[in-house]
Amino acid sequence: MNVAICSYGAGNTRSVQLAFERLGVRADVVGDVNAVLEADLAVLPGVGSARSAMDGLRRRGLDEALRERAAGDRPVLGICLGLQLALEETEEDGGVAGLGLVPGRAVRLREGRVPRIGWAPLDDGGDTYWYAHSFVAETAATIATSEGLTAVVEHRSFAGVQFHPEKSGAAGARFLAARCLSLA
Amino acid sequence: MPLPRLIPCLDVARGRVVKGVRFEELRDVGDPVALGASYSEAGADELVFLDISATVDARTAAVDVAARVAENVSIPFTFGGGVRSVGDACAVLEAGADKVSVNSAALARPGLIGELAAQLGTQAVVVAIDTRGGRVRSHAATRATERSAVEWAKECEARGAGELLVTSIDRDGTQSGYDLALLERLRDAVALPIIASGGAGNAAHVASALRVVDAALLASILHANPERLASLRSELSELGVPLRDAA
Repeated sequence: MNVAICSYGAGNTRSVQLAFERLGVRADVVGDVNAVLEADLAVLPGVGSARSAMDGLRRRGLDEALRERAAGDRPVLGICLGLQLALEETEEDGGVAGLGLVPGRAVRLREGRVPRIGWAPLDDGGDTYWYAHSFVAETAATIATSEGLTAVVEHRSFAGVQFHPEKSGAAGARFLAARCLSLA
Repeated sequence: MPLPRLIPCLDVARGRVVKGVRFEELRDVGDPVALGASYSEAGADELVFLDISATVDARTAAVDVAARVAENVSIPFTFGGGVRSVGDACAVLEAGADKVSVNSAALARPGLIGELAAQLGTQAVVVAIDTRGGRVRSHAATRATERSAVEWAKECEARGAGELLVTSIDRDGTQSGYDLALLERLRDAVALPIIASGGAGNAAHVASALRVVDAALLASILHANPERLASLRSELSELGVPLRDAA
């Protein structure tokens, strides 16, 4: 299989690429629409702020490419901000419209230390992953939480994670390997 | 709250990990990539690399080390030293680092914090605060400033810092325990996560700090020895500190 990691000026694309390569999966960092449309899996990484990230996607036409993939039930994986951008909107930066691949919105964390940085287990007793975020998804598509906060979202062919599997050591590698296996 | 974090700190000069007492008598103790990978395997939650060579080519050196660390380590790491502009920070993050740490550059020009946050997101911006007697010091703690640590911490938060790395200069290298009163004051002053630094001599010291703040930076206590990190983790577990299962 091959993975297209969306390059749009707001992602830790190199770290995500290295994580797939450690699994022996070919992963290219790409900014063009065709490459995103054709890959077996498109990954939308995300680090930074919502508004500049959405602008970056639009400038490259990747917003439409991702919508087209989702409409065709082709797999997309959103990581951290990449998950939040897939929602209908986010509170960040005074309110920003998202890609609308998943119903729901991202809201600012209101409890605890913000940003929420560190390792936390899934509430269902699953693995422990690393998080670094100030906003979180509120959506009916949540399938797993961590400390009561959305950690994993699934909606049709879209999967999103609030944590960073590419930075979550052995647990993160297991997560990505399972995703790839489910698509093979 | 996420689990308490243990963060080994590696001082890097000209691409090598060095050890010394107050920046003097620096001794080469190994390759940052190899040592970082060993710490990762020993259960480190994150890593911090501080480039202390402070040369004009620090940025190039930092990007090269960050790229090699990212290839070999799959846990988060922070890069500090030599980051003076948004361009410096972007280069280090693009190479695979997750956060940058700024100290003197932010004191000289506080607007840098906001610029970094706007470009990288607050979660990627660590401000390191070196303190003595409640005041902030700059330039590897060699220069006094008029700023109070608490006021500077609040200003950093308002400007967009995502985390504070707080070093008590009086305790640094003494292994006599963290300055818990200072950590409590800062914890109560801001909502940001705080990494405690300076003074760790044994597991009980680390446990005390982790009851006050979110993470502990580990430097001299480890003696550049990953096995010490593994044993420290076991001792902390026995002291009731919940740590992640790194397997």
